Amino acid sequence: MIKLHDVHKYYRTGDQSLHVLKGVDLHIREGELVSIMGSSGSGKSTLLNILGVLDGYDRGSYLLAGHPVNKLKETEAARLRNKLLGFVFQSFNLLPFKNAAENVALPLYYQGVGRKERNYRAEKFLDMVGLSDRTTFMPNQLSGGQKQRVAIARALVANPKVILADEPTGQLDSQSTLEIVALLKDIHRRGNTMIIVTHEPDIADQTERKIILKDGVVTSTQHSPVAAEATN
Amino acid sequence: MLDGLQEILFTLRQNKLRTVLTAFGVFWGIFMLVLLLGAGRGMQNGVYEDFGSDVLDFMIIWTGDTSVAYRGMGPGRKIQLKLDDIDALRQQVPGIRLIAPERYVDSGTITYERKNSNAEIIGVPDEYFRVKEDIPFNFGRRINPLDLDETRKVVVVGKAVADRLFENGVEPIGKEIRIKDVVMKVAGVFYDKGNRGQNSERVVMPLTTMEKIYGGGEITSNIWVRPQPGVDGFELEKKVLEVLKRRHDVSPDDNRGIASFNMAEPMKRVTGLFVGIDVFIWFVGLGTLMAGIVGISNIMIITVKERTREIGIRKALGATPFKIVSTLLLESTLVTGVAGYLGLVIGVGLLELVAFALRSTGAKLPYFVNPGVDFRLAITALLLLVGVGVLAGLMPALRAARITPTEAMRAG
Repeated sequence: MIKLHDVHKYYRTGDQSLHVLKGVDLHIREGELVSIMGSSGSGKSTLLNILGVLDGYDRGSYLLAGHPVNKLKETEAARLRNKLLGFVFQSFNLLPFKNAAENVALPLYYQGVGRKERNYRAEKFLDMVGLSDRTTFMPNQLSGGQKQRVAIARALVANPKVILADEPTGQLDSQSTLEIVALLKDIHRRGNTMIIVTHEPDIADQTERKIILKDGVVTSTQHSPVAAEATN
Repeated sequence: MLDGLQEILFTLRQNKLRTVLTAFGVFWGIFMLVLLLGAGRGMQNGVYEDFGSDVLDFMIIWTGDTSVAYRGMGPGRKIQLKLDDIDALRQQVPGIRLIAPERYVDSGTITYERKNSNAEIIGVPDEYFRVKEDIPFNFGRRINPLDLDETRKVVVVGKAVADRLFENGVEPIGKEIRIKDVVMKVAGVFYDKGNRGQNSERVVMPLTTMEKIYGGGEITSNIWVRPQPGVDGFELEKKVLEVLKRRHDVSPDDNRGIASFNMAEPMKRVTGLFVGIDVFIWFVGLGTLMAGIVGISNIMIITVKERTREIGIRKALGATPFKIVSTLLLESTLVTGVAGYLGLVIGVGLLELVAFALRSTGAKLPYFVNPGVDFRLAITALLLLVGVGVLAGLMPALRAARITPTEAMRAG
């Protein structure tokens, strides 16, 4: 599903060039639930942006669901994101002036899906994340956990190949964290490929595979027997 | 497309204050411009109205006693214009479009049944009414060539005379009135609002008829001239006077023996005044428009700036840069277009209302008649404003579409 080979990324600030990713090799199969760990400055956000086609890279190769991703035009990148990827952000990133259902339906709008079909699918997915009674609530009327559920429903609504979650529990209390992690694992069990970026070992432990990033390279890949057994 | 429009309307509704402020800036710019242009037009019409029923390019020549000795003849000699002067002018002065004599005899009493009125008595040929083509004949006809050929005893009377002679409901046309003991038939009634209506205290008969009744030969009191289009009125006047003074042995420096009035003179002043007023109106109008444009630009820039995060989110969810830019531009076009159009409609509506009120109440504002606006001009201003509004939105929209989604999302 995702193949990264020897990916390098530099950030240039004036004369200085910061070598952030120093040859990352990564292979994630379809249906996998993996976590990417690393301290801040390890390059994990950069890696996530590259995986999410939100940012380019300087050297190497990236194959996403059979599509080569390299020096894409903005328009193509947007199409790829829309078709193949679902995002869950740490800060939810819901549009504040749209209600839950409208937020969920937004990716479908950019796919050109009709309004009725959009609303129907949005409500279906809100039901799936357990918010069928909150479809017309505005984001500021929802708790953090509920907001993240809306965001997850939005990530799923367009049937993406890969779901990318960037610190999905970073702004949640422990109770909500448990619920969201359970929801993500549930979604994975339905056959979705999922990548969670986190710095919390508790969460990483619940994934099938931990990819640990340090100073711009993958230092180790650990299979978690517990999680693997749970899915088998 | 419809879906996109719904999306835009939704966004606009969510940002009511911003939408209203933008819209108001545009609305006000166009509204003020329309009002200013309309008021300017009203003033212009008002001033022209003041010139009465005369066309705006005539000149008139009359005579008096000479005031300068010339060629051995002393001053105080009475000068009399003759009809062959007119033929001479036609032949010798190029650039004359229309020329007509106008002969006065002593004013006298006009009688119909038991009523009477005093009036000036004038004799003219039919061309005279082409010189004075703006005088309305609401009843009957003008004097025609047949009247002159057959020296008919017909007369056209001014409205003031007709009002005094005929009671309400009496049809003046065809009635026989007595003009200083000569019975003549009324052919038409005219209204000349010149001299505050005093120009309507006249009766006008065919020149040939006047010659037959009053004698005196082929003479005239005044000569009316209109230049051909594009001919300089001042030059023409000079040449006409030159020919007449030569024919009557009047010194070139004598302004009493043969005198003239040229409409080109006040027209020049008025035209100058209106150029000034126009410049002023455009200065203020463009200033207002500019303020509107700056307002739109500002708001568009702020709009895009405060929506950077939203744009980032939309991009992450699959919005293409084209989609982002086109949505923002359509939004600003919609707001400025609708608001501008509203300003145009309300501005024109207000002008029409004022014009209607002035007409229907008959109230007379000095120097303000029938305000109106050049619609094409207003539309141009509107398009300009919308265009600039769009352009102002384009720069920040393009910039917003270019930054990466992650950067944009961090911004908020």
